[in-house]
Amino acid sequence: MTDTLVQFSTVAVYSAMAIYALAFIMFTLDLSRRVAVVAAPAAAEIAAASANGYTTVLEKDAPAEPKAKTPRYLRAAMALTVIAWVLHVGAAVFRGVAAGRVPWANMFEFTLTATAIIIGVFLAVQFWQDLRFIGAFVTGFVLIALGVATVNFYVDVVPLPPSLQSAWLVIHVFVASLGTGFFALGAALSVVQLLQARRAAGKAARLRFLDTLPAADKLENMAYRMIVVGFVFWTFTLIAGAIWANRAWGRYWGWDTKEVWTFIIWTIFAGYIHARATRGWRGSRSAWLAIIGFTAVVFNFTIVNLFFKGLHAYSGL
Amino acid sequence: MSSPQSSDSSRPQGHFDAPETIQQPKLNFVGYLRFFWRQLTSMRTALFLLLLLAIAAIPGSLVPQVSSDPNGVIQYKANNPGIAPILDKLQVFTTYSSVWFSAIYLLLFISLIGCVIPRTKHHFDALRARPPRTPARLQRLEGFTARSATGDAATAVLVARDLLRKQGYRTEVYEDSVSAERGYLRETGNLVFHTALIGVLVTVGIGGGFGYTGQRVVVEGYAMTNTLASYDSFNPGRFFTDAALEPYSIALDTFVPTYEEQNLDALGQPTDFVANVTTTLRGGEPQKATIKVNEPLNIGGTDVFLLGNGYAPVVTVRDPDGNVVFSQPTACLPQDANLRSNCIIKIPDGLAQQVGMIGFFYPTAAPMADGTLISSYPDTINPVLSLFMYTGDLGLDNGQGTNAYALSLDNLTQIVGADSGTPAIQLRPGDKADLPDGLGSIELTSVPRFVSLDIHHDPAQLWVLLFAVLVVAGLVTSLFIPRRRVWVKAAQNDDGTLSLEYAGLARGDDPGLDAAVAEFADRHTDQLGLKVGP
Ligand code: HEM
Repeated sequence: MTDTLVQFSTVAVYSAMAIYALAFIMFTLDLSRRVAVVAAPAAAEIAAASANGYTTVLEKDAPAEPKAKTPRYLRAAMALTVIAWVLHVGAAVFRGVAAGRVPWANMFEFTLTATAIIIGVFLAVQFWQDLRFIGAFVTGFVLIALGVATVNFYVDVVPLPPSLQSAWLVIHVFVASLGTGFFALGAALSVVQLLQARRAAGKAARLRFLDTLPAADKLENMAYRMIVVGFVFWTFTLIAGAIWANRAWGRYWGWDTKEVWTFIIWTIFAGYIHARATRGWRGSRSAWLAIIGFTAVVFNFTIVNLFFKGLHAYSGL
Repeated sequence: MSSPQSSDSSRPQGHFDAPETIQQPKLNFVGYLRFFWRQLTSMRTALFLLLLLAIAAIPGSLVPQVSSDPNGVIQYKANNPGIAPILDKLQVFTTYSSVWFSAIYLLLFISLIGCVIPRTKHHFDALRARPPRTPARLQRLEGFTARSATGDAATAVLVARDLLRKQGYRTEVYEDSVSAERGYLRETGNLVFHTALIGVLVTVGIGGGFGYTGQRVVVEGYAMTNTLASYDSFNPGRFFTDAALEPYSIALDTFVPTYEEQNLDALGQPTDFVANVTTTLRGGEPQKATIKVNEPLNIGGTDVFLLGNGYAPVVTVRDPDGNVVFSQPTACLPQDANLRSNCIIKIPDGLAQQVGMIGFFYPTAAPMADGTLISSYPDTINPVLSLFMYTGDLGLDNGQGTNAYALSLDNLTQIVGADSGTPAIQLRPGDKADLPDGLGSIELTSVPRFVSLDIHHDPAQLWVLLFAVLVVAGLVTSLFIPRRRVWVKAAQNDDGTLSLEYAGLARGDDPGLDAAVAEFADRHTDQLGLKVGP
């Protein structure tokens, strides 16, 4: 029974990966195709908007997106992403049922579930903010993560060691994944923001698809909104982790390597939020902080888990 | 420029809200101090210190720390003799209590206090102040909407005021306009957040100062008492006194591990640990209780955690006449997941010579091809204790404390095992063997288990939790409650019609402002029953 379910799960993961790959290609095609569609006025508008810098909130957002109907590639990419995501969630659920617990107790399972959450956040956010233009970034990132997880992190279903048998595993790890999802979107938007700022400064002339995307200051606002939500989840993760550590190890904070890195990430993003409110730090500098912060999240999950010694020995490897 | 924002001096220096002229400090002594203080409590310094703190925390994750991994530190020093002394000088092995790390976070918190106090005062003032005058020109503000209507300007303004009040705005009527503001809770949340951070730091400090932690190994059938002498190791806080130790005892009746037996991928992996104990408070009746991983026992103001476990073989040693000279359990340190364990036994008195033993305990012994033993399962299916023995000077008499889990071989001669000519003694429970040189005999009497308990007393724990909850509450309030101003202006035209203008101003991130102003304009004009149009 368990074996069958695990096989279902594996098949679902690989199918999801194949479809994500297609979606990634479609998203990329969409970006490259946008160059052809773009109209001259849009570029002028952006230049005008960014010439003003970010000095005022009174500036109206320039409607940079051409009013044309959704490009075909983009619609296909979104549809594929949704299909892949359903399979992806199915894979996580099968894995969880097979193991008889939540599917995030080792690095393979955590990657599986966290990437599903990243895509889930990406899809959900579309309802109030059109972020499809970072689809290539998001599906590309998730594809790589799933690839590494299935090839390098895979472990068989094993029971939970006593230290992980806690409701806090469910809460702490799930909320951390949610936070990671929002940070990922924030980082993606910040990357586009940096590109956009370069283009506005007359560099990056070859990236003509940027003309179809929102201007740098609009991207900055979007990134900020993502990261702020991520930050709340991360703060909660930090506290939930401390409560759990207090029950499992008898102290709420012991500067264990994993705790250190969770703290570092929290501090970087607190810095990001301050940077946004500090004269001279808006714009590209705070975008870099967002990217550094997300890099630290990925670092915390991969390098710290695998190579740093500490109490959080749950990689299963 | 008299922007509507400039009335707000509650923000720290360098806060991005509105352009602001830089003030030149007067450079006498007090001027310097004031200048320094302003710099320390500026946004830029707060940001700089935050990022510096993030960077300063990194080394401690790369190098083992004395607090969490003392053995790792010793190992690291042995492996890196070149750089270790330098790192030691730089306090990298104690990063989180080092002078430089402490300096950064203390500066940060001084900056924080210097930031929060004036802001709190200003916020109290703002709470009592009237919303600011309506700007002369609303056109350049956010969500600007113009409607025209017929009617009377004063009435339109009063209707707008009532509507705004119903939506939770503080309002003030200025001539033919109403000025409204809401979302003071945003700043309140921000202040609660920052103040609660201070609260967390202070209560963590208090907890560490007045609390204590101690470790103690307890073997099945034995008990520990919560007294200083009873601990194997004890770390008191700075302000600890003996009075903080509430006397109680914990006896370990049985320790019951459960190992995976079905899943071949995880054979022998522990799935549950239960310590069944009997606790006695002073003057109280003995009570049964259990301690599990993730389920500490709460007793006498302390939390008792189950941190480790292993085997403590009871070895009985007799002299040549058959008198028992040693008979007690020895907690053996587990070396791998199948609990192959190292045991150190020291018998300084009673035999013709001092005898030291290094034992290897295998709960389920299995021979390898070359004859050496391994343990293939953590439970006692085929328990074997294999012993090397030494005679000579155990080094216990020089008055220095020695490590019970290590045997210094400097002044000892091996008499059993390895090259000594006598093969290692292997005992199963109940087995007896003679010691060489007519020293006497040895018996493996039984193999009880031990647990290592971690006992914590932290009087400020709940306060830390309370402040942590306030941190989250303040954060959510400050990030998601929009603080906004809204203005409605009515102007009577010469032809008797009414021009209505609506606009808002975001204080901080406020994605919903445009929609909110537009919606308000709709409701207001509806309410007036006026015709809508530009
Ligand atoms: C222990 C160090 C600090 C941490 C962890 C921290 C963290 C944060 C966080 C997470 C926020 C966003 C949430 C909110 O608005 O409440 C924030 C906002 C803010 N912090 Fe801090 N802070 C620290 C120190 C300071 C200091 C020293 C100052 C004063 C210079 C300061 C001034 C501010 C201001 C003005 C905001 C509002 C930013 C805005 O307008 O969006 N903080 N801080």
